[in-house]
Amino acid sequence: MNLHNFLYGVYPYVALSVFLLGSLLRFDREQYTWKSDSSQLLSKANMRLGSNLFHVGIIAIFFGHAVGLLTPHSWFQALGISDMAHQMVAIWAGSIFGVMCLIGGAILWVRRMFNARVSAASRGSDKFILSWLLITLILGLSTIPVSIGHANHDNPAVMIALAEWVQSIVYLHPDPSLLNGVDTIFKVHLFFGMTVFLVFPFTRMVHVWSAPFGYVKRPYQIVRSKRKFLKS
Amino acid sequence: MKVRAQFAFVFNLDKCIGCHTCSVTCKNVWTNRKGVEYAWFNNVESKPGVGYPKQWENQDIWNGGWELKNGKLELKSGSRTNKLLNIFANPDMPEIDDYYEPFTYNYAHLKNAPLSEATPTARPISQITGESMEKITWGPNWEDDLAGEYHKRSKDKNMDNIQKEMYGQFENTFHMYLPRICNHCLNASCVAACPSGSIYKREEDGIVLVDQDKCRGWRMCVSSCPYKKVFYNWESGKAEKCVGCYPRVESGMPTVCSESCVGRIRYNGIMLYDADRIEEFASMEDTQDLYEAQRSIFLDPNDPEVIKAARAEGINEDWLDAARKSPIWKMVMDWKIAFPIHPEFRTLPMVWYVPPLSPVQSQIDQGNLPVGPDGAIPVAGAMRLPVQYLANLLTAGKEAPIESALNKLIAMRSYQRSIHVEGVVDTRAIDAAGLSEDQAKEMYRYLAIANYEDRFVIPTGHTEETLDDSFGFQGQNGFTFGNDTSHGVSKITLFPRRRKDTVEPKEEAPNS
Repeated sequence: MNLHNFLYGVYPYVALSVFLLGSLLRFDREQYTWKSDSSQLLSKANMRLGSNLFHVGIIAIFFGHAVGLLTPHSWFQALGISDMAHQMVAIWAGSIFGVMCLIGGAILWVRRMFNARVSAASRGSDKFILSWLLITLILGLSTIPVSIGHANHDNPAVMIALAEWVQSIVYLHPDPSLLNGVDTIFKVHLFFGMTVFLVFPFTRMVHVWSAPFGYVKRPYQIVRSKRKFLKS
Repeated sequence: MKVRAQFAFVFNLDKCIGCHTCSVTCKNVWTNRKGVEYAWFNNVESKPGVGYPKQWENQDIWNGGWELKNGKLELKSGSRTNKLLNIFANPDMPEIDDYYEPFTYNYAHLKNAPLSEATPTARPISQITGESMEKITWGPNWEDDLAGEYHKRSKDKNMDNIQKEMYGQFENTFHMYLPRICNHCLNASCVAACPSGSIYKREEDGIVLVDQDKCRGWRMCVSSCPYKKVFYNWESGKAEKCVGCYPRVESGMPTVCSESCVGRIRYNGIMLYDADRIEEFASMEDTQDLYEAQRSIFLDPNDPEVIKAARAEGINEDWLDAARKSPIWKMVMDWKIAFPIHPEFRTLPMVWYVPPLSPVQSQIDQGNLPVGPDGAIPVAGAMRLPVQYLANLLTAGKEAPIESALNKLIAMRSYQRSIHVEGVVDTRAIDAAGLSEDQAKEMYRYLAIANYEDRFVIPTGHTEETLDDSFGFQGQNGFTFGNDTSHGVSKITLFPRRRKDTVEPKEEAPNS
């Protein structure tokens, strides 16, 4: 097995398995460490701008990737969305949310590294994961000029190959050869992106699992009872 | 009617001497850990002053507590959806400097310094960064005993409708201590604001706790508590707050702050209340009605209807008995001398305060101030502390109940003075204040003598009823196993390990 086959045939499964099992184990065994780990108390300056830009950007990017890459090609065709239209949406949405995320992420990174209080209170993993996400993001943004080049030649082949490769992974018949004709920058971005999943359970990223949507429906007051016969 | 029992407090401010023993014992027990060095579950403020954290009472800044929006009770900080939209950066979150940057000193340098012309100094070290601090500019009790400039202290929200300039004059200045803990509110806004639902009120005694496993650090409780008594542990990333010393209370002991109070100002006891009417009473149109509304939520433990309903809820006989002997009931309901702190926040707080008397003794001695019939005890309106200030603190600005309470406290003194000094019983003052002799004697016993068994009437927690096998459980306490107790010997860990060591000076003192 060569490196290419390992990285794009095996590594995705390693990353996904660690991501799922690791999250489960940490939730089960170390729930006290399961948290967003906010540092807003230590430094509030620029948090509203930086954190909101970063989070809105990265959430949009995540769902953009999920929908764009996981939707079967035939569905787009059935919906009457042409490959070029798909690619233009990906380029535009990716640029807008990517730049939002980059600006926000840069603000947070400077704060994380150089604010004396935040830096001192940070763990190594906090600094690592933020830096890693930013590199992944910059790599992702660097693919946009390449995509624009493909779009200018009316050539959606790379985008389709990437989507088919992701789907081959998800449907459990991995086919690394689908990436043979894909530009290197995409492949590097893929590696960095998969690694985010690999390290996810060991960093503060786990708070993503706990997005508190249930709050919207919850009654305001919560009372816990110890009396067994009163439990409803 | 849904009867619930609440572990409640009264603090008698008339006797608080500002010694901070409560704060120190609390800190030693609960918050001398990494991440909460800055947190004081119990603190004592000098009033007037902006307090800890700065300006905590001013909800124009922090948006804590509740408000009526179109007649409906809503969190002042916004709707549930609004909370989720602001979750990435809470706009109302205080910063560490609003409390203070926690510090220690490099004490060892005093011993280690080489011989020099000038005396060596122990420089302050930040307990967050571990670096030397140039200058300490704020602390948990910076305004102690009226320290600092008046124009800064008088930003105190309670001075709002008071002529500040007048009380800036040295001869008109006034001062009181305000010890504060979590109010274990009946309508807690921290509970309501928690997106993960990790904060809860205990059904059996009403103590409000944060489930440390379930907390995700969304920080909404910190800003939504109008008393700023939920703290963010920057090391663990979890919210922490006063736990009402529940392990002690469950065993029938008072909280550590109450037990250690040298002035005997703290009372712990049980109050029964109607949980079905919380929202109704917290939604009074006029904030000045909230004090009376909260009094009417309490249920009389001698009322047969209440007793029946309480038994149906599974409340034990010894709890009902404790409720009947509750020192809280006497002060809140019988004598009406205790008041909830800032009822206008609509949280229905359960730490109540007896307002302080502040006689201007030298002026009385010179006959410059009006006094009561005994010729020695001043009248309520002639105190150093403006009644309006106390009313802003305790009754949303309504002066009449405060004045009445002060009059009762004064009348009780006057009555006792007549017995002990003159040797002749003089009931003129207590008659005017609407107290019977028996009441005045009982008030004297509870407020002046303040015996341990009168101050603390605490039934035990009845774990035997909530555990399947309480005998089996007995031997399991006191030990924690697995991940909890030690760092272990392994240096490698998959998931982030808790960093336990607080920042201390690196320099070590020589062996003496």
